[in-house]
Amino acid sequence: MTFRPPHEMHQKRFSRNLGLGLVLAAFVALVFALTVVKVTQGDVMHKDDGKPAVQLESGT
Amino acid sequence: MADTNLLDGTHEPQFGDFVELLKPRVMSLVVFTAMVGLLVAPTGLHPVVAFSAILFIALGGGASGALNMWWDADIDAKMRRTSSRPIPSGRVTEGEALGLGIALSGISVVMLGLATNVLSGALLAVTIFFYVVIYSVWLKRITPQNIVIGGAAGAFPPMIGWAAATGHVGIEAILMFMLVFMWTPPHFWALALFMKSDYADAGVPMLTETHGRKATRAHIWWYTVALAPFAIGAGFTTIGGPTYMVVAVILNIKFLLGAWHIWHRDEVMAEADKYKTEKAFFRFSLLYLFVLFGAFLLEAALKSFGLGGW
Repeated sequence: MTFRPPHEMHQKRFSRNLGLGLVLAAFVALVFALTVVKVTQGDVMHKDDGKPAVQLESGT
Repeated sequence: MADTNLLDGTHEPQFGDFVELLKPRVMSLVVFTAMVGLLVAPTGLHPVVAFSAILFIALGGGASGALNMWWDADIDAKMRRTSSRPIPSGRVTEGEALGLGIALSGISVVMLGLATNVLSGALLAVTIFFYVVIYSVWLKRITPQNIVIGGAAGAFPPMIGWAAATGHVGIEAILMFMLVFMWTPPHFWALALFMKSDYADAGVPMLTETHGRKATRAHIWWYTVALAPFAIGAGFTTIGGPTYMVVAVILNIKFLLGAWHIWHRDEVMAEADKYKTEKAFFRFSLLYLFVLFGAFLLEAALKSFGLGGW
């Protein structure tokens, strides 16, 4: 079985698709990094009701 | 390189064409001023959050650039300087630019809001709305004060950076905004004096065309006078300090002198030395903004060593 050579259109689109793929991968990595930072900093998930967030560390 | 595919409509836009829609050169100023606004704020952000904030502010700026190119494609095609932009040159369709601009606007505003706080996200949304709707769509083509109005959009990034770090807008953020806002008109009008532009052909009212060059020279002087108090005033706030003050006084005296000379010249004198003063003033204006914001940053850096500030 032989593969057909890629259509000219796909060749033209390759660099754009590669670029977009890399951007999306970077975006996923960034959101993941943000999540790790937010969670380890102890940000409390709460609705934005204008009231201050409840602190998890209530040791005092 | 000529691309024959442009003519038969089968051209595939490349990744770089979309990057060009985001106006990378304008973005560099946005990144720099937003970064300073964020770093000089009293509350520090985690490096990943700070990086994300600056990235999404820049992306929002890029989105408004794409939307501006979508709306202004007709005038861009008529002017030599802009005729090679992605839409007039046929590399990207108007619909693609509109789609990219809207998508990136949404992503950047929501992500900035999530990464930092709602206020900074809202300010970024206001910036994009201001640049695209108020400036590009509404006022750019009807008033010679368009440069002043457009300058406001460019002045938001340091304020957004500050808001991203602190969650509010203080006097420091307002002064940084005013600094860029008041700086933009003299900067661009100096350029308009020595650049032979074809704005008139495109139907964009530029001050040099509507009110003449003499009036433009006066405008440069008066805006530079109005700029100085904001630059000096910022030195008395928490982001200023002795180092900034020395730098600001020297820069403002030099900038005022340049504007004074421009005001007291006429076109005959300018033609005689090929707009030497105007060109020097324009180059200095870039240095002026860069060094002033650099001095804010220096004060913040000195503070971490127990120096700097008042």
